[in-house]
Amino acid sequence: MLEQLARLGRVGIAILAHIGRGNILLFHILGGITDLATRPGLLIRQLYSVGVLSMLIISVSGTFVGMVLALQGHYTLSQFGAEQSLGVMVAASLVRELGPVVTALLFAGRAGSALTAEIGLMKATEQLSGLEMMAVDPIKRILTPRFLAGFISMPLLAGMFSALGILGGYFVGVGLLGVDDGAFWSQMQAKIDLHEDIYNGVIKSFVFGWVCTWIALFQGYEAVPTSEGVSRATTRTVVHSSLAVLGMDFILTALMFGG
Amino acid sequence: MVGAFIAAGLVALFFLSMKVSNLSTMSGGEGYPVDARFDNIGSLKVRSPVTMAGVRVGRVSDIGFDSETYEAVVTMSIDSRYDTIPDDTFAKILTAGLLGEQYIGLDPGGSEQYLKTGDQIQLTQSALVLEEIIGQFLFSKAEEGSNSE
Repeated sequence: MLEQLARLGRVGIAILAHIGRGNILLFHILGGITDLATRPGLLIRQLYSVGVLSMLIISVSGTFVGMVLALQGHYTLSQFGAEQSLGVMVAASLVRELGPVVTALLFAGRAGSALTAEIGLMKATEQLSGLEMMAVDPIKRILTPRFLAGFISMPLLAGMFSALGILGGYFVGVGLLGVDDGAFWSQMQAKIDLHEDIYNGVIKSFVFGWVCTWIALFQGYEAVPTSEGVSRATTRTVVHSSLAVLGMDFILTALMFGG
Repeated sequence: MVGAFIAAGLVALFFLSMKVSNLSTMSGGEGYPVDARFDNIGSLKVRSPVTMAGVRVGRVSDIGFDSETYEAVVTMSIDSRYDTIPDDTFAKILTAGLLGEQYIGLDPGGSEQYLKTGDQIQLTQSALVLEEIIGQFLFSKAEEGSNSE
């Protein structure tokens, strides 16, 4: 009995220590931002590998999600004779929820796992220790540009996802299913609010970008420096990021649209 | 490539705010506020349209409650280019379609005086509440029945 209580305590302390190390790392990462201004090349290289390389999967899935939304939405809406509202439905669900959330999930799988694997391998091959030996702070040199790149890329990717999804929905709704062109856009413009819907969606994607990149970098930095440890860390990145995104999404939605 | 990525992202966000949201339909110029009191506003909301002859001339900017007269005080913001609305204009709450949103319709009066900033519209008609109409209908039917006996 006492033994189990002690074990529970150990688990609790381990979790708290884990969270604490994550926050200390985040603090150090943010501390490196000022130094980054003198070397913007580092950030641009990371923007390429985190943002540009994620563009293809985000664009393709955004378009298809929009097209499927239009098909499914049309089926339900036509039963009420409300096909005209298809544009509102597609745009509202993309801008408010699917854009930020699906982008964040794809981002965790595409960019987050790559970040973890890269940093974990750098640790395993002692490149991080090597940098430290040369009096280069590996957090400022390696982690900060990657963190900032993820934070900047996420809202841009989410914006592309939503915009392409709406265009995909437009092609299916107007082109294929014969919804009226003017009603599609005018109802959308009448119902989608710039502050209520679009700003909140962008805020969501900033938060998700922050969380996903943070988790990916922390898992990479904390990885056990063996091939097995790196593979575990990569898996954990995807699992933890996805869970964090879904949990945060519920809290943010409740705060933004709940009351 | 990075420049193209950032440009594409910004274009997407710009597209969302211009083409998808209500930014394009928001009135560009400033409007002037006009008050009206209603017994019942139904499901009228802030930002509901204010129309005249079916043309949107403004939006509802604020909805308040007067705790002394138990009336709803609706403040409308009328586009300043429509500055020749008579001060005996009749404001009523209408419904777009059978189940649609509610909006304010203005019927112009014959006065030579025009509405100015802060004026109040005196003639108003409340929203029609379906239950009340059904109630009145049943009541009048019952009355007819008792009269014919």
